[in-house]
Amino acid sequence: MKRIYLDYAATTPVDPRVVKAMLPYFSENFGNTMSLHSFGQDAKLVLEQSRETVANLIGAEPNEIIFTSSATESNNQALKGIALSERSESKGKDEKNHIIISSIEHPCIIESAKWLEKCGCLPDGRGFKITKLPVDKYGLVSLKDLESAITDKTILVSIIHASNEIGTIEPIAEIGEMIKKINLSRLSNTQHPTPKIYFHTDASQSFGKIAIDVKKMNIDLLTASSHKIYGPKGAGLLYVRNGLKIEPLLHGGGQENGLRSSTVNIAAIVGFAKAVEICQKEMKKENKKLEKLRDKLIKGVLKIKGSHLNGHPKNRLANIINIWFSFIEGESLVIQLDLHGIACSTGSACSSVKLEPSPILLAIGLKPQEAHGSLRISLGRQTTEKDINYLLKILPKIVKKIREISPFK
Amino acid sequence: MKTNKNICGGLYTKKVLETFKNPHNYGKIKNASGIGKVGNIVCGDVMWLYIKVGNPPAGGKKGEEIIKDIKFETFGCVAAISTSSIITDLVKGKTIKEALKITKDNVIESLDGLPKIKYHCSVLAVDALVEAIHDYYKRNPSAGSGQGIPADLKKRHKIIKKSKDIIDKRYEKWTK
Repeated sequence: MKRIYLDYAATTPVDPRVVKAMLPYFSENFGNTMSLHSFGQDAKLVLEQSRETVANLIGAEPNEIIFTSSATESNNQALKGIALSERSESKGKDEKNHIIISSIEHPCIIESAKWLEKCGCLPDGRGFKITKLPVDKYGLVSLKDLESAITDKTILVSIIHASNEIGTIEPIAEIGEMIKKINLSRLSNTQHPTPKIYFHTDASQSFGKIAIDVKKMNIDLLTASSHKIYGPKGAGLLYVRNGLKIEPLLHGGGQENGLRSSTVNIAAIVGFAKAVEICQKEMKKENKKLEKLRDKLIKGVLKIKGSHLNGHPKNRLANIINIWFSFIEGESLVIQLDLHGIACSTGSACSSVKLEPSPILLAIGLKPQEAHGSLRISLGRQTTEKDINYLLKILPKIVKKIREISPFK
Repeated sequence: MKTNKNICGGLYTKKVLETFKNPHNYGKIKNASGIGKVGNIVCGDVMWLYIKVGNPPAGGKKGEEIIKDIKFETFGCVAAISTSSIITDLVKGKTIKEALKITKDNVIESLDGLPKIKYHCSVLAVDALVEAIHDYYKRNPSAGSGQGIPADLKKRHKIIKKSKDIIDKRYEKWTK
């Protein structure tokens, strides 16, 4: 049976050009970047070249990039690293420092924030206050909500750049601009010193797919991942603006400017950089192709009775589509599609833990039974119009069959 | 019990996936003798089971009515649909007495195993059957030996109803 992969938001196949670039770094140029001999220094050289390549994509300086093992690690490092960096000026007597996130963050942000919320072992033993910003029915954070959530104790705002489930792109540049203004007014207020608010964005789904300029967008920290852009798994990055105070989570040999001890995974990083290089060259062309396919797919799927688009109609990634079908349970839909050779994923967490539909879909206002019936289709480099046509042929039949079995029609 | 046999994709057995792909006996029965409705849409599983009860076989005693036909309508995951289908296979042609002996383990075994997190679907299937038979007794005072609903069935119905009421109440705000 023909197999069609339409789950690129989960992970992507490694581009053959990336594999080729990585190969010499397993058994030939295998040196440890910390070694003084030529094996080590060769590896160090290519590490720094890779750093320059990825920095270049987002308008950062090379020394502002920390390579990590994953976006999850980067997000943990960003939240915990900022929270744990003791900023003396922020020490009030009783009040907890404050962190703002959105309600559509990836679990690694949500769980890190939860951990900080309950954590009493931090420098002042007080833990943190966490605010989860609501989103509208399209999944957009409102600047007004953010502005009114910010207090004198706010030290960090972390908003996802583009949603991994529904594809909505958040107004990151506008948020950056607003926080910059607030920080400027804080600076000029010498009588009542307040800490600078840092702005972090999880760009795991947008990095390499839409243009990012950390300086123009006033981003202080940014997370990206290699395996979402046809690079290998096991590599990620955290951009940390120069001059910003952050505590490392991993202590040891002092790699990555002392911020991330661990022997550098040179092959994976070389692959990551190669993947970035390809994205930089092909982003525009690829987006054009994907937008066309996406719009055709949305149009086609919405012809099915009782189907509804999740996420923003316009401000969305070119590759993520999320639809909910009334009276359909998502896992059944995903497995039926799989039995027909099509790999997608469900917006519902039903397959792992019952009774808990996706918090992101609930945040945009879906009822649990509606969230259960959601399907995420994500396109990528290998997706063709033929694939979309095949899906559009199969999907209505499957939806019809599942509804036939269901007591609700 | 046979579990984790022929696991496909690490989650479901081949038998579960085959059953899911081609479920047996789905749809409604017009003029059903009894209907069992269990589950809650907010949890993601709703199972309706229809039974048609026929006369006892030749030479059979009263109380040996046969479930001549059985059909299901299910909204739910792969496991919910597979357990629904398999219970109709297990029950069809059996006497009511035999049908009431079917356990969740019988359902799981017939599917060559279910992931642990999906065991509740096998419970749901058995509950739907119990509810359908209970409904049949309620509608037909002369059913069985004609002495009303058997105590054991009454007890099982009560337990199912109680937990259903709790769940329905918990999710009222979503289903209104």
